Amino acid sequence: MSLLKITDLSVRIGGTAVVEGVSLDLAPGERLALIGESGSGKSLTALAVMGLLPDSAEVTGSIRLGGEELLGLGDRELSRLRGERMAMVFQEPMSALNPLMRIGKQLAEPLRLHRGLNRRRAAAAAVELAAQVGLPDPELVVRSWPHQLSGGQRQRVGLAMALATRPALLIADEPTTALDVTVQADMLKLLDDLVQQHGTALLFISHDLAVVAELCPRAAVLKDGRLVEEGATDTLVRSPRHSYTQRLVDAARATGWDTPEVAR
Amino acid sequence: MSVPSSRVLRALLKSRSGFAGSVLVGVLVLSALVSLVWTPYDPTLARPQDSWLLPLSGGHVLGTDRLGRDELSQLLTGARSTLRTALLAAAIAAVVGLALALAAVLVPRWIGAAVVQFTDVLIAFPVLLIAMILTAVYGGSTWTAVTAIGVGAGVNVARVARAEAGRVLGTDYVLAAHAAGSGTWRTVRRHVLPNIAPTLIVQLSLVLSVAVLAEAALSYLGFGTPPPAVSWGRMLHEQQSYITARPLLVIWPGLAVVCSVLGFNLLGDGLREAADARLRVRELQEVPGA
Repeated sequence: MSLLKITDLSVRIGGTAVVEGVSLDLAPGERLALIGESGSGKSLTALAVMGLLPDSAEVTGSIRLGGEELLGLGDRELSRLRGERMAMVFQEPMSALNPLMRIGKQLAEPLRLHRGLNRRRAAAAAVELAAQVGLPDPELVVRSWPHQLSGGQRQRVGLAMALATRPALLIADEPTTALDVTVQADMLKLLDDLVQQHGTALLFISHDLAVVAELCPRAAVLKDGRLVEEGATDTLVRSPRHSYTQRLVDAARATGWDTPEVAR
Repeated sequence: MSVPSSRVLRALLKSRSGFAGSVLVGVLVLSALVSLVWTPYDPTLARPQDSWLLPLSGGHVLGTDRLGRDELSQLLTGARSTLRTALLAAAIAAVVGLALALAAVLVPRWIGAAVVQFTDVLIAFPVLLIAMILTAVYGGSTWTAVTAIGVGAGVNVARVARAEAGRVLGTDYVLAAHAAGSGTWRTVRRHVLPNIAPTLIVQLSLVLSVAVLAEAALSYLGFGTPPPAVSWGRMLHEQQSYITARPLLVIWPGLAVVCSVLGFNLLGDGLREAADARLRVRELQEVPGA
């Protein structure tokens, strides 16, 4: 039984089709990469799953999470699922945290929303969460403001927030793109470890084939809102069937990625 | 909403305009407070035998007017109605402004657009005109003046607040809050309001200065708080016929209005600078060991 089942998903914004007939399947604890260039519709697909598309977007098809149809759900029901069953990590760590709220409060927000923790227990849980994602001196971090943390630290906070309630599905929208190269590797390792530990299913959105190959055994390639190829990442890399996938592989090789080391 | 406010306060008092504004507004508030418990004379008590006394004569520091009323007592008491009108008007402006701004950004687009159009139409009417229309219909009273000024200034606040709220609603942290399961009102309360508060506070301090001026203008024109309540605008009105004989009696209330308007304006400027300074300070700070 699949955890996330997207069938024939289409998104139209202002009459333009930005995602067309996309179908994806994700089992519990499985990892799937969604690859494509900017504007290929991969982020919009993710937002559609979370129910976070703007009101002007027209969404058709079907998105099922654990058998429950998400399309057509009201805001209240979606709010119940968001942050509880499915969570998301965003691309820009610098802007994904409220500048006027201390880290601890933001970390504990999903727990307060979904577990009804009171202020004191939420504060304690925040320290634990900060420690879990390897933030140095968690006691100090929870009392800091977002501007006092580095990009990598903020992204760790974002990841901790997303995983606070142990959701069944984590959507990571290019979580390392905005980070320094040295920090990227640490971040990916952390993501890898935590998802493994919690048995969380991962929908990993990226344009970087090298990153995807290390993290996800399965990948789907999007181009202009359409799914052009889907399958095991190593097959995809070794013998791409679609010319666009071939171009992505070539591009990745051109930037110094030589031997495709493919994840489990 | 735990903004480091002590730092803002310090920055405010350090800037020249912020300091001057604080002093002027402080004097206004102090006058109003003092008048509650003490004035040299009853400000409305007419004593014909003491009329037209010069400053520093007969125990009247600033002299008396045509009816023998003490000028200083009237000035102090006038501060009360000025401050009350300004604060109430600013409160109404805040409520009206926020309500319209949130209505414009949170509801479906076509209703939001209608709210924006409505706001823009109201902005076209000067505050004084709205006040005079309301007074013509409902008669002059403190409440008519306060409502008119509050609504008139509120639509201007709404325009700024809407732009700010729209900006904040489009940020990643609001998206992240929604992704974490936060409902609309919780998001507004915890993320939108604190983040538009600095802009809103600056706007409201400017509303205060507009309100002081409007209150004086309305009571000067006879549309404000009716007698026997004392107000600077009516003092100006009553004394203006005798301006050549006793210019000081006109100058004092005029100066009081000018100082109050200037005070709130400078305070607004200072607050804006202080808020910016706060942003600068933030960027420079790094967590130890980061």
